[in-house]
Amino acid sequence: MRRILAGAACAIALAVHPLAAFADEIAPADVAFDDMKVTTSLTGVPGNPEEGAKAFANRGLGNCLACHALEALSKEQFHGDVAPTLDGVADRWSPEELRAIIVDAKQVFTEETMMPGFYSLNVGLNVRKDLVGKTVLTAQQVEDVVAFLATLKE
Amino acid sequence: MERISLAAGTALCLLLTGLAVERAFGEPVDDTLEIDGVPMITRAAAPEGHPFDEVLSGWLFREAETRATQEDSFENPGMLAVERGGEIWETVDGSMGKSCASCHDDAAVSMKDVGATYPKWDADAQRPINVELQIDKCRVENMGAEPYKFDDAEQVALTAFVKHQSLGKPLAIDLTQGELQTWWEKGKDVYYTRTGQLNFACASCHEASMGKYIRADHLSQGQVNGFPTYRFNTAGMVSLHNRFRGCIRDTRAEMPKAFSDELMALEVYVTWRGTGLSVETPAVRQ
Ligand code: HEC
Ligand code: HEC
Ligand code: HEC
Repeated sequence: MRRILAGAACAIALAVHPLAAFADEIAPADVAFDDMKVTTSLTGVPGNPEEGAKAFANRGLGNCLACHALEALSKEQFHGDVAPTLDGVADRWSPEELRAIIVDAKQVFTEETMMPGFYSLNVGLNVRKDLVGKTVLTAQQVEDVVAFLATLKE
Repeated sequence: MERISLAAGTALCLLLTGLAVERAFGEPVDDTLEIDGVPMITRAAAPEGHPFDEVLSGWLFREAETRATQEDSFENPGMLAVERGGEIWETVDGSMGKSCASCHDDAAVSMKDVGATYPKWDADAQRPINVELQIDKCRVENMGAEPYKFDDAEQVALTAFVKHQSLGKPLAIDLTQGELQTWWEKGKDVYYTRTGQLNFACASCHEASMGKYIRADHLSQGQVNGFPTYRFNTAGMVSLHNRFRGCIRDTRAEMPKAFSDELMALEVYVTWRGTGLSVETPAVRQ
């Protein structure tokens, strides 16, 4: 019965969004910013904090440690100091605000901030050909990183 | 066992915290550089219109060991490239049976200002010319030899040799030549334009974040006065346009070609940003 229902729901979703393979994933250009917040989950799937910690540290993904130090990941080498430390960041920002910062920091801070947009196509000139139209993190990786940051309370 | 690893963990934490504290003051070092008895100008008052008050050599931002290696010409592995360049200088090549020395004799005399005064304006090509391109020009026009491929080991060695003749001389390019001022403007545009998926400009790192650490790298002003440099990382020489391209690649952008208009404009502008700093070729980097 459940399976049938789910199947029906899928059929309806597909009928409504015939082109959206991942019906619930919000495309980078469609992310709605509201007063420095992104209130809607990008995927509808709750973020996984452990995966988020990995994406956070991975040099090919978030590489957040390039600029931010974080006590909780002190086992990782070489934390940068270009940006404020993220210790206790969840005391300063709500998950909705953290999502907005990660999606496109330039819409939260200033156009001049050094922080890259991780789920934004508002990028620099001459993007490497194989990366055109791609974001640094996937929608789910953003949700995972948000979930990880939300654990950082002091 | 658990207690030991806990203690080790605490020690590591303290160490890291200590590092973090030291790094929070990631200032350039207060030290002076002398190479073979020649004092280097590693801090100079910035020229008018410069975003900084003081221009700083990349040497001031490197670790003590790296700095010490550069201080001693016998220790500096980059000097091997300079020596190799000296041999090429004397070697006949091309259809005209000439070497560099056939026309320019003693490089210590004929090349003594070259490293400090390039790029210059090339009236024939109607664009700026740097040392690599001037070498190619002489090879083609005065020797009947082929131009070098970009980053050919001989190109890098000969460039290092020629620039090394200006060791200690303050960078002083003459922007009144030809249309160099226009190229300076173009280079300035490039310097402040964000590129790539990561959306950084040169200025994001070398101006706004100068003195900070990005991962393990202490960000300098991105000066050109030590090029070609010797890098421990790759155990080899790095040419200036190779470095430019590497920095652009790190923004996840397509890399412009070496000696393209874009990178020549950048070389003119970034060289000006180092006005007054001594030529340190071959500088040592990690
Ligand atoms: C290239 C440097 C850089 C990288 C990489 C970077 N950030 Fe940032 N971030 C900044 C800067 C700079 C600021 C400070 C905002 C400003 O004033 O520009 C900042 C601010 C923040 C803030 C707000 C901090 C606070 O306490 O106010 C959060 C949260 C944050 N970043 C998260 C991240 C995450 C998560 C990543 C990795 C996915 C990341 N950053 C990667 C540079 C960076
Ligand atoms: C047949 C003679 C000849 C040979 C061989 C020759 N050059 Fe030249 N070179 C010239 C002339 C002529 C000029 C322009 C002279 C001037 O600056 O007035 C010049 C200019 C230069 C300059 C610019 C000097 C300055 O002050 O701006 C450099 C650098 C240079 N040559 C390097 C080399 C190197 C390196 C080689 C060997 C690969 C070489 N040349 C081979 C004739 C020669
Ligand atoms: C994401 C940060 C970043 C960006 C953007 C960047 N660089 Fe760099 N650059 C570095 C790092 C890291 C180094 C090595 C450490 C240092 O000297 O700062 C470096 C080194 C250099 C050096 C060698 C300095 C020396 O003394 O050895 C030059 C020259 C340079 N960069 C020029 C540029 C130019 C020109 C641009 C723009 C096209 C640029 N960089 C963009 C990070 C960056």
